[in-house]
Amino acid sequence: MTMVSPAIELRGLRKSFGNKVGNKVVLDGVDLTVSCGTVSALLGPNGAGKTTAVNILTTLVRPGGGSATVDGCDVVRNPDGVRAAIGLTGQFSAVDKLLTGEENLRLMARLRHLPAKRVKARVAELLEQFDLVEAARKPLATYSGGMARRLDLAMTLVDTPRIIFLDEPTTGLDPRSRHTMWDIVRELVAQGTTVLLTTQYLDEADELADRIAVLDGGKIVAEGTPDELKRLVPGGHIRLQFADAQALNSAAALFAEAVRKDAALSLEVPNRFGVRSLRSALDQLDGAGIEVADLSIHTPDLDDVFFALTGRVEHTRTEGIPS
Amino acid sequence: MTTATTQPQRGHIVTDSLTMTSRNLLHMIRYPGLTVFVVVLPVVFLLLFVYVFGGTIGAGLPGGAVDGREAYAAYVLPGILLMTVAGSAGGTATTVSMDMTEGIVARFRTMAISRAAVLTGHVLGNTLQALIAVVVVFGVGLAVGVRPTAGPLQWLAAAGLMALVAFAITWLAVAMGMAAKSVETASNQPLILTFLPFLGSGFVPTESMPAWLHGFAQYQPFTPWIETVRGLLTGSDMGVNPLLAIGWIVLLSVVGYAWSMVLYNQKSVR
Repeated sequence: MTMVSPAIELRGLRKSFGNKVGNKVVLDGVDLTVSCGTVSALLGPNGAGKTTAVNILTTLVRPGGGSATVDGCDVVRNPDGVRAAIGLTGQFSAVDKLLTGEENLRLMARLRHLPAKRVKARVAELLEQFDLVEAARKPLATYSGGMARRLDLAMTLVDTPRIIFLDEPTTGLDPRSRHTMWDIVRELVAQGTTVLLTTQYLDEADELADRIAVLDGGKIVAEGTPDELKRLVPGGHIRLQFADAQALNSAAALFAEAVRKDAALSLEVPNRFGVRSLRSALDQLDGAGIEVADLSIHTPDLDDVFFALTGRVEHTRTEGIPS
Repeated sequence: MTTATTQPQRGHIVTDSLTMTSRNLLHMIRYPGLTVFVVVLPVVFLLLFVYVFGGTIGAGLPGGAVDGREAYAAYVLPGILLMTVAGSAGGTATTVSMDMTEGIVARFRTMAISRAAVLTGHVLGNTLQALIAVVVVFGVGLAVGVRPTAGPLQWLAAAGLMALVAFAITWLAVAMGMAAKSVETASNQPLILTFLPFLGSGFVPTESMPAWLHGFAQYQPFTPWIETVRGLLTGSDMGVNPLLAIGWIVLLSVVGYAWSMVLYNQKSVR
């Protein structure tokens, strides 16, 4: 049954947190489907509702309305069914800071009810795989951010859950640790694990995800493959850099549609037809005898999509929004 | 939540609780500060009451002992032992309060483990800690010259009663730790328990108190506990106290357990 039904399914999911001052709508009718064995990214700025969505899906927070199923189990009616299928590596380290790395892993292995003989072997395996052998017997206080995050993920993977939630898995990590983390996620997916990750980094979603859902102000504002999303914004541009204002002026006269950046002495010429546009632009510049200091081609990336969809300015939602 | 279709894996409740207990014991071994603190205060009180006040108070004990100090040491030790257990509640509430803010507890909540296991781990770990403290304080009691007259059965009964009291007090302390809004509140609130032996038969017979206090002192939980331990160790008359002692243990355990579970579930699902 779980083979055909999606790994994660959200229908009209709502959640608001109320207090005396007012009601803050965090999720405002979210629909999302994640197929088995895929990586989906929930992309959005701070406060978009990403963590709340993950908390609902991992049974930490009860939904306010709509439905959510994970591995075919409803998060409200059958939370233990959900818990048996999932693993969560959260934004905040879910490790026992008073124990060593090895003790943390052993604790997880026991709570996942691995046979006593298997516990030792599995802990050793994970320490090896996550490059934590040397630090295994050291207290967590001595761990770097990257090591703690690796341990955190290793703890999630003790029993290879079918569905893994990664809530901002690389926030606060240095570039090297980020790439290590990405490699680990790719390995997981290769083994058939379903992953839902939240991130505010576009390159991360682009690197890892099969599908991306852009969450903004509690709503999914776009959803699709990275390429589909990139197609949502019009083509890129050729960026021409000039040595002086005179050259910039002459060039600007040639390309009517170009955007002038006077301060940078550069011109952004729309690039609708790829190489053909590029060649014609260069021919025109040659013909007019204008020297180009530097040239770069800018293809649309998720940044463009993100800014186009979320309106560039991060707006914070406050109380009083009608639900 | 209207219906719960799946029960937590019942078969694993015991295993999970033991795993959680070993986690708490590891914390104690790694950071023995709290255990030491739990032992130091009662030992200081014991020495103070035996060597400073003991001569005078002992002379006033009913029965008119030959050596007041020696008689008072035997009289006060059960009160100090119960005070040790009460004192451990502060440590329990503090560790629980701190633990609830840790990411690891959020992880436990996303796992298919019995919800009671996390709390049971705290209770069993801290009960053991309290009992270790009781043994140490008792050792000091022997060192200052207390010689219990108990036979093997009485010893066993006294040890069993202390364990049950520690269990009940710890459940209460776990609930207090979870109810506290901050770690500071959690560490201060249970202090009230430490003073209860003073307002009972811990240090002087309740008969010597004014009437308005006597009623409370006679029936509050610590007096039956102290009187029962005292009776078992020294052979003094216990009356109905053993029954009252068990009654209070059952009542406080149930209240502490129910209160803890309600708070834990409230905090889990918002």
